[in-house]
Amino acid sequence: MLAKRLIPCLDVRDGMVVKGVQFRNHEVIGDIVPLARRYAEEGADELVFYDITASSDGRVVDKSWVRRIAEVIDIPFCVAGGIKSVEDAGRILELGADKISVNSPALARPELIQELNRAYGQQCVVVGIDSFFDKDTGLYQVYQFTGDESRTAKTRWQTVDWVKEVQRLGAGEIVLNCMNQDGVRQGYDLAQLKLVRDACKVPLIASGGAGEMSHFQDVFLQADVDGALAASVFHKGIIQISDLKQFLLAAKVEIRP
Amino acid sequence: MTDLLAKNSQTSLVIVDTGCANITSVYCAIERLGCRVAISSDAAVIQSADKVIIPGVGTAAQAMANISAKNLVEVLQNLTQPTLGICLGMQLMTDYSAEGDVACLGLIPGQVLPLEAKGLRLPHMGWNTLAKTVNHPLLHGLTATDYVYFVHSFAVAPSEFMLASCDYGSQFAAIIGKGNYLGMQFHPERSSSVGRKLLQNFITLSATDLAGN
Repeated sequence: MLAKRLIPCLDVRDGMVVKGVQFRNHEVIGDIVPLARRYAEEGADELVFYDITASSDGRVVDKSWVRRIAEVIDIPFCVAGGIKSVEDAGRILELGADKISVNSPALARPELIQELNRAYGQQCVVVGIDSFFDKDTGLYQVYQFTGDESRTAKTRWQTVDWVKEVQRLGAGEIVLNCMNQDGVRQGYDLAQLKLVRDACKVPLIASGGAGEMSHFQDVFLQADVDGALAASVFHKGIIQISDLKQFLLAAKVEIRP
Repeated sequence: MTDLLAKNSQTSLVIVDTGCANITSVYCAIERLGCRVAISSDAAVIQSADKVIIPGVGTAAQAMANISAKNLVEVLQNLTQPTLGICLGMQLMTDYSAEGDVACLGLIPGQVLPLEAKGLRLPHMGWNTLAKTVNHPLLHGLTATDYVYFVHSFAVAPSEFMLASCDYGSQFAAIIGKGNYLGMQFHPERSSSVGRKLLQNFITLSATDLAGN
């Protein structure tokens, strides 16, 4: 049976891994290559590297670290951040990434998803979505430029509509980052993920809110996501991937041992 | 491990440059195993290698067009050393792919058709288990609880050339082989220790191992 995936996410800035709370106050956690290798050895099923500044400040970013990752790890990995064109994506894939993930640039120009699909195939086109629950209106709203607080902005899209649109355009996987939960470790947003799951026919990855092992069990068994992404619980050693896998196996979640 | 690396260093392996993206991950995986590895679309270089890998990310139509443009169709059809197709590379080894309605290399009988996932999500993306259908030296040490990494929406149906199967909605061929030609639908270069084991098996294969298979 297809296993549920555990996906450490490494936010990258200038080749270093960083982590902030609700997208703010980024602190440096460590060098990227040893961390990537450690996660691969500990049983991570996949890794996501997210260049947190690239999308929001428009500069050309040095991506040579992608090749350094490809040289040392033997599990799939995805690179996100700053990919605005077929050429940008091609460079990342040539450096050895398996997938590329687009977020703000796809909101600015949705055809990008279609172009990436045609150039490299659906399997490597991941769309990241930053979704915020507005308590006043009761709506799930898509945000862009979340890597830079001063530019973070609400888009015209409601989350489920955007989820449907990106699939129509050829996305092969969706990472849903629930912004209200990000970095606060109170559990994944099960209500929202269930809602999106119903609208999502491609693999769906949950992001934002993992704090303890039971949160992973809940998101797999209740929201039926294909993968769960987390950062701080892994980086800070709050949860060991090997322990988490044992826990999930005991809870009858299909996991690669 | 050091002994193995030293032994592997005597093996030359060429990855065929099909003109598609993402040859790097295969290259790095082979390099980690210690082989002398090169990426080439030069017929003489490919023919003289101890082992050949046909990689693949992209679409069958695009890859076949590139292989034709590089005059490599007959070269690939007449190789005698162990030759491994990975993912799209495996699909190219069959007779035909419905992805782009294109004739393939015809090295291993079979057709590539949309994966019948019976309502499961597509692409079939992630880690899944294999079931051996025959004994073959390529599968040495592979167990029913070993997971490998798949990413695909098209697949080859089970046939007498299937060495291992996978189930995702329906059964399909995860590993195929005929003589010196072998193919894996998943990505061994991205399948952690299990993939490493399978690639090591491939590197170790001799022509004698493959006679009669």
